[in-house]
Amino acid sequence: MTILHVQGLAKRFGSHEVLSGIDLDVAKGERIAILGASGSGKSTLLRCINFMEMPDAGTVTLDGKVVGRRERELTAVRQRIGMVFQQFNLFPHMTALGNVMEGLRTVRRMPKAEAAARAERELARVGLSDKAAHYPAHLSGGQKQRVAIARALAMDPELLLFDEPTSALDPELVGEVLGVIRALAEEGCTMLLVTHELGFAYHVATRVIFLADGAIHEQGTPDEVLKDPKKERTRAFLARHKEFSL
Amino acid sequence: MYVWDFTPVLANAGLLAQGLVNTLKVTGTALACGLVLGLALALMRLSRRRLAAWPAGFVIEVFRTTPPLVQLFWFFFALPLIIGVEMTPFLAAAVTFSIQSSAFFAEVFRGGIVSIERGQWEAARAIGMTQPQAMRRIILPQAVKRMIPAFMERAIELMKTTTLVATIAYADLLFAANEIAQKTFRPLETFTVAALIYFVVITAFSLAARRLERRFAVSGETTVH
Repeated sequence: MTILHVQGLAKRFGSHEVLSGIDLDVAKGERIAILGASGSGKSTLLRCINFMEMPDAGTVTLDGKVVGRRERELTAVRQRIGMVFQQFNLFPHMTALGNVMEGLRTVRRMPKAEAAARAERELARVGLSDKAAHYPAHLSGGQKQRVAIARALAMDPELLLFDEPTSALDPELVGEVLGVIRALAEEGCTMLLVTHELGFAYHVATRVIFLADGAIHEQGTPDEVLKDPKKERTRAFLARHKEFSL
Repeated sequence: MYVWDFTPVLANAGLLAQGLVNTLKVTGTALACGLVLGLALALMRLSRRRLAAWPAGFVIEVFRTTPPLVQLFWFFFALPLIIGVEMTPFLAAAVTFSIQSSAFFAEVFRGGIVSIERGQWEAARAIGMTQPQAMRRIILPQAVKRMIPAFMERAIELMKTTTLVATIAYADLLFAANEIAQKTFRPLETFTVAALIYFVVITAFSLAARRLERRFAVSGETTVH
């Protein structure tokens, strides 16, 4: 069952064309890893899907309904699509629990006790029950990103967007965040994941997309794209990434 | 040699106290109204709608660039002539300094709001908040925290600027001091005491503000170093 349908999505910044007509269907339960060199448009693709950036052309269809450009529609769509940022973007003036509760309270208008209970469950899900009362400034990068994931999960998203969730982390903290994302994958969450962690993409994704020059250059199963790429540019990209691995 | 004698000043302590109360009344009113109006002006000026942004910018610039004494005279003498209302010295002072400080506060608010990282807006929008919700729940609370030192600076400046109300015969602290000085022929002592009162009151405010900053600092992000 297709939950997200993207057609002809295009975006330019000034004279630079970042996305040039992306078509993409996402089925429920699919986990799509999006790879590509920096500047290939992978983050912009993600950010156009929940309208953090306004696409210049093309349509995004969620559950069979084309998303319009009115503010009210965009707000409604963003409530159904969760996003996790490279820089976490936690609210520094709120505790971990407060961060997770915020959407439930302000957007969903959930009563306080109910929102707190739900937020505690989400923090438990990412293994941070004991950090509920901590402010972001007192959390490690990995813990911050896990709180950010809990914050997105609290809104019951139909689709989760991860924009390089481990790129800002010290290497020793990457594992805990990937562990949480893997657990979500096993629960059947639908997700789009922009990442440089090829090994993780190989093990967790159901499909891998390689972007180049703002277009889908190659896609297929992880085995097809990562083990046996058909296109020269995909091969070159993978070779560069493996250059320094043991 | 000049012999300092503070007894005539102390004998008129009641007058000074009444003056202080009046000074605090004008300052407090101007602060309260100025903050509310200042926030409104800042939000208008930040608006993408020119119909909101331009008038706000105009008010801010006019009141930031003209002398406060002229503004006070204008509200006390000219405005009643134009719209035909009776202006008491207090009302004129309250209106003048409310608008005048709102112009400065608006710029402080605006600076604080634009200093918040784009990622905070994005995180708020990503969980489905509307623009006003994001402003109220995420952006302003962080911005206000960063603005406390600048607000304090303006509030101190405001309290000292209110001494101008003496020119329209409003009996503030300095007006009272002037009266006592003329009555007792002890201007040096009287004005020294008046200055001391300003010093004590403003210092107390400053300390209170620093305590507030420190309380906010529990979340780790702080303006106290």
